[in-house]
Amino acid sequence: MVDPAGPAARTIATLWWVMLAGAAAILALVLGLLLAAFRRRGTASDEAAGVKVWIIGLGFVFSMSVLAALTVYGLFAGQRLMPGAGAGVEAGVGTRVGADVVSVSAEARQWSWRFAYDDRPDHITDDVLHIPAGRPVDVAITTTDVVHSFWVPRLAGKLDAIPGHVNTLRIEADTPGTYQGLTAEYNGPGYRAHVFTVEAHDAQSWDAFVAGDRQ
Amino acid sequence: MTALRRHRKLSAIWSSEPGFRGWFSSVNHSDLGRMFLVTAFFFFLVGGVLAMLIRAQLATPHSAFADAGAFAQFFTMHGTIMMFLFAIPTFEGLAIYLLPKMLGTRDLAFPRLTAYGYWCYAFGGSMLLVALVFGIAPDGGWFMYPPLTGPLHSPGINTDFWLIGITFVEISAICAAVELCVSILKYRAPGMSLDKMPIFAWYALVTALMILTGFPPLILGSVLLELERAFGLPFFQADLGGDSLLWQHLFWLFGHPEVYIIFLPAAGVISTIIPVMARTTLLGYGWIVASAVALAFLSFGLWVHHMFTTGIPLMGLAFFSAASTLVAVPTGVQVFAWIGTLWKGRPEMHLPMLHIFGFFFTFVIGGLTGVMVAVVPFDWQAHDTAFITAHLHYVLFGGFVFPILAGIYYWLPLVSGRKRFFRLGEVAFALIFLGFHGTFLAMHWVGLMGQRRRIETYDAETGWGAINLISSISSFIMAIGLAMVLIDVLIHAFVAVRGGRNPWKAGTLEWASMSPPPAYNFASLPHVTSRDAFHGDPGLANRLAKGEGYLGDPQSARRETLTVDIATGDPDFMVIYPGNTRLPILMAAVTGLFFLSILIKLYWLTPLALAGVAALALVWVWRLGARTDAGPQDAGRGVTLALAGETEKSPGWWGSVFLLVANATFFGSLLFGYAFLWTVAPGWPPQDWLAPSLVELGIGGAAALTSALAMRLAIRGNRHRARPLPGLAFALTATLVTAVTFAMLLSRVPPPDGHAYAATLFVLGSYALCHALIAGLMLAFAIARARRGYTSPARQAEFHIVSLWTDYLAVIATLSLLAAHLPGFLA
Repeated sequence: MVDPAGPAARTIATLWWVMLAGAAAILALVLGLLLAAFRRRGTASDEAAGVKVWIIGLGFVFSMSVLAALTVYGLFAGQRLMPGAGAGVEAGVGTRVGADVVSVSAEARQWSWRFAYDDRPDHITDDVLHIPAGRPVDVAITTTDVVHSFWVPRLAGKLDAIPGHVNTLRIEADTPGTYQGLTAEYNGPGYRAHVFTVEAHDAQSWDAFVAGDRQ
Repeated sequence: MTALRRHRKLSAIWSSEPGFRGWFSSVNHSDLGRMFLVTAFFFFLVGGVLAMLIRAQLATPHSAFADAGAFAQFFTMHGTIMMFLFAIPTFEGLAIYLLPKMLGTRDLAFPRLTAYGYWCYAFGGSMLLVALVFGIAPDGGWFMYPPLTGPLHSPGINTDFWLIGITFVEISAICAAVELCVSILKYRAPGMSLDKMPIFAWYALVTALMILTGFPPLILGSVLLELERAFGLPFFQADLGGDSLLWQHLFWLFGHPEVYIIFLPAAGVISTIIPVMARTTLLGYGWIVASAVALAFLSFGLWVHHMFTTGIPLMGLAFFSAASTLVAVPTGVQVFAWIGTLWKGRPEMHLPMLHIFGFFFTFVIGGLTGVMVAVVPFDWQAHDTAFITAHLHYVLFGGFVFPILAGIYYWLPLVSGRKRFFRLGEVAFALIFLGFHGTFLAMHWVGLMGQRRRIETYDAETGWGAINLISSISSFIMAIGLAMVLIDVLIHAFVAVRGGRNPWKAGTLEWASMSPPPAYNFASLPHVTSRDAFHGDPGLANRLAKGEGYLGDPQSARRETLTVDIATGDPDFMVIYPGNTRLPILMAAVTGLFFLSILIKLYWLTPLALAGVAALALVWVWRLGARTDAGPQDAGRGVTLALAGETEKSPGWWGSVFLLVANATFFGSLLFGYAFLWTVAPGWPPQDWLAPSLVELGIGGAAALTSALAMRLAIRGNRHRARPLPGLAFALTATLVTAVTFAMLLSRVPPPDGHAYAATLFVLGSYALCHALIAGLMLAFAIARARRGYTSPARQAEFHIVSLWTDYLAVIATLSLLAAHLPGFLA
């Protein structure tokens, strides 16, 4: 996730750097106040003044305002990443219409992934997911046995494959290329090697894939 | 009587048996608190060795040290041991040891229950150790998600060890929680109103209440999963109307409060130590109590943040994300109140304070990364990576281990009566602090680079090798530091020189006892007039030893203490404790036989073990009480009090109230599971509902209500005419009718292994049947007691206890019957 290659992963990476900076500032503040307590040579403050400054001021007002700002930021960031938002506008990607969204499905089992494509109904690939670059892809995720989790770190966050349920994750790659996919919920002894690859194609090669000219 | 003669006389009454024999028959809270702590630290060492095995395996790419199977056992058992066999029992041990001393009384509410809880913990923990030694330990991760842990994908006995062993250990947590609630609310020195309680007691009270409401969902989950594994009841199988998400909800409904159950006692330790180290009083006592309570409430509203990646709708995510960030506010209030306390006073850098500094640094970082993962999109990336592992270690090590180390060094002089003389502790702190941050700071980074948690190895090309090596080396530095603490404590306990009383000049009452404290704690009980009872009154300890407080006149061979009114702290009634007995260890052993019979599938033994538990329970309660009215008792200082057995709300009544709180949470979780499966699980509605029957519904409900009403009649009959028997007999009959109704219901339930609906109904019916039988047993017991002359209009306490259980039966029987029949009527 420190090396994002798609809009969702990039939004999250930005979120991370903002939060890291904020967290570092707050940590410095708390430790500064803590150490200052040992170096102070002033008069002792009384209980009422202490409650006002430390509990009301720092405990409530300061924590509340930081957290409120962060929660709102997080929710807006999250909403843009949810599937179904494809018809809207995304930062840095431009306007797009709903028809632009590609739908695929991913079915996990111990320890492999099977992918199917709405655009090419009769075709199935094992452990390799083909997607077009530069277009949002909704992945419908489920499982035939235990709980797994679908994760392509450089493209987006992860979403679980739960028996009996189908969860949909929005991913998108900026440029054509190969991206590593991982399973991210412990699922037995084959967990480590339970990986897959995502092939992001340019428009021409994707059309060829859909038409059946490519495996 | 001189102070020395009083000491000898009280010691003769209160002492445990000498030598190792005393371990098995002691019911003294100081003995059992120490046994809890020593056992918990033993498990901390076992968990620590597992952690070192994990770090040894991950130190280099493609390490061939452990295979995937062994590695899975390492990480599962590391988490399980640290959570269930180290952290919770450490809290229990600390609270059991300290609270009666801090509250100015002589023991906890139910001394035999303390011992029973300890032995359940020791036996349950041993079961898991056996599994570890034989290489058949649980291996599904410490949160045990089905279907991976279900019968299809984990057919071995490994998972059963977890489900059964941990449930066994949880009995001890529930026992301790019931006991602590009653003790803190009722067993205090006279005059200690709620607002004069030491802050640690508030934290312990909130923690105990959280255990009572937090553990039952997990116990239910474990029971359901074991039923699925042993008998094929498909609660978590999607193709038969179950849903694996139900486990995740039940588990985290426990699992998130669990984090605060671990943190709050540590916060209590910090709130106790900081004012002493800063030579002042705690800033914002009321605010801190309020934040602890707020934290407890909020912590039950954010379990879903462990499930952000399971496909929860956006509105749900928004709610739980906001709740998860909100929980940082009361935490922030406490952290700033502690720093404010330091500013208010003149802090001194003693060894406990060093560990508190370690707490601040570590816990604040853990809290900040916690806020990060509460932000949903970030969690989608960080979930299940080493970042989360690092975060939770910052919270738990920072929020629990550092404060507990501070607490150890703070209270060691009290426990041992000695002074530290080597400076080993400071070096140990430096190693632990540097080692910890080296280990886990690195882990954040490698997690962001994509290293998943729980992988047993990785490729060299990932570029994670150097970071993991730093992490592993640091973890061994930390381990050396922790080993030095152990050596330091052993030296302190056995060879250090004697020290004086109250070396820190603290104000809480535990320091007014002798160091080490005698079995009876206080020769006479103080009258408390301020929050820091010992501060304004340095002569208090001597006056108590001279018998100038309450109960300072040990006339008979009775273990006496007194209780107070909850809010005001006025004396309420007098308690006579039972003496040393091996009944608790025997009872725990038979309880263990019950769990063992399920574990190794010796099902013919299960009902025998249950009958054994019931028989011992009857012996347990039969031994209390008297056959003549004792009347008012002299408690000293001109106060006369009734005996507990001659009151309406005896300790047993209070204990039942809190046990029923836990029980009701269990029942509520079961109803939640029913509703959850119905609305969320695929494969609903089931093929056929239970055929509804107005007759069954009517008779069962009426019988359960009648039993509760008849029990009230029995109490009135006893009070006015000393004739409880007609009411008791009527109540017993009604209870048995209720039991028969549920037995009939169970016989009509569709095959429970066919669909989760039938399985749920089966559990619901069995739960109600079981409670009808328990109430029936209690009523039969009450009848026997009344006939043998153990009750009178004054000695009425037992009837009120039974009445609580018949009331509870009326509620759950009615709800269970409605839940069973309504769907059929509606369909």
